[in-house]
Amino acid sequence: MGSELQDIWAFLAESPLLGLTATLAAFSAGQWLWRGLGRSPLAHPVLLAIGLLIAFLAATGTDYETYFEGAQFVHFLLGPATVALAVPLFDQLPRIREQLLPITAAVILGSVSAALSAVLIGAALGASRETLLSLAPKSVTSPIAMGITERLGGLPSLTAGLVLTTGALGCLLAPLVFRLLRIRDEAARGLALGLAAHGFGTAQAFTIGPLAGAFAGLGLGLAGLVTALFAPLLAPLLGA
Amino acid sequence: MLHGLTLLLAYQLLGELLARLLGLPLPGPVIGLALLFASLIALGRVPEGLRSAADGLLRYLALLFVPAGVGIMAHHPRLEADAGAIGAALAVSTALALAVTAATFQRASAQRRRRAAEQEGRRGE
Repeated sequence: MGSELQDIWAFLAESPLLGLTATLAAFSAGQWLWRGLGRSPLAHPVLLAIGLLIAFLAATGTDYETYFEGAQFVHFLLGPATVALAVPLFDQLPRIREQLLPITAAVILGSVSAALSAVLIGAALGASRETLLSLAPKSVTSPIAMGITERLGGLPSLTAGLVLTTGALGCLLAPLVFRLLRIRDEAARGLALGLAAHGFGTAQAFTIGPLAGAFAGLGLGLAGLVTALFAPLLAPLLGA
Repeated sequence: MLHGLTLLLAYQLLGELLARLLGLPLPGPVIGLALLFASLIALGRVPEGLRSAADGLLRYLALLFVPAGVGIMAHHPRLEADAGAIGAALAVSTALALAVTAATFQRASAQRRRRAAEQEGRRGE
């Protein structure tokens, strides 16, 4: 009986089905837990799902490569999802045209200060080169951020973790920053949330109002473009 | 839906091809995003199939981060070594990005409104 179970487990552990099912199940569980915990940004469903999966893999002694055999089918969709961001961006076209100058100035200054300050602080505190290269795109939505890191020669999966942490931090810090600087403009709040905290920030901006949500989607998309163009300029500074 | 998904994949493929052929520093999907955005502006509307495919993917965007996020377990030693630097870099740069973006936009937008109001006032005289 015991060996039969072992045979079944050996089959399951080798098949991509297990990694794929576990990913979807962990995400559903994460969403359920998040609602139960009062939708706190610190208990974001993605962070909960990742924690559950790491615990599951550690408990069953499965390594990341085996898990990823199955999970890659979900991961692959990040590419088309990035391309799909063109649709909400197009929906904001009239607002983009109307506020072109304020948006351009805010997005360029915001994206550059996010990437530059992260890399400089990391370097000052003695982080390794791969860590610094993986830090540069941390404010950008993961599909874009991981593409940038790959191009820079950093570690895409490390960037994914840093991006998720940044999203949760941004949602926590935003109300404080807005109160300190007396930011009352709903569009300004949304743009900043989308730029600094990507998808997490965009979700939070929609709770402020539809205008903030729309500008957050805009901030998310444009920050991706600006950082993708700007980040390669940082690499030579790091001795690449 | 199927047409929309095909279109998204085709634009990604085109983006990947251009990135490799021209040696661009941008990730392929980002070039695909820019090309699709330009195409939508030229077309002037979002085709129905494309919208449903895009909505479907973006609704579950958070789920798509999970497999890569689990990869952080492979970086455990690095995270432990650089934990202080990473934590400080993330917290400070995120607060800074929020502050710079919101303050710049609010100031520039208020200036634009003031200038528009002045022009309106002059026309009224």
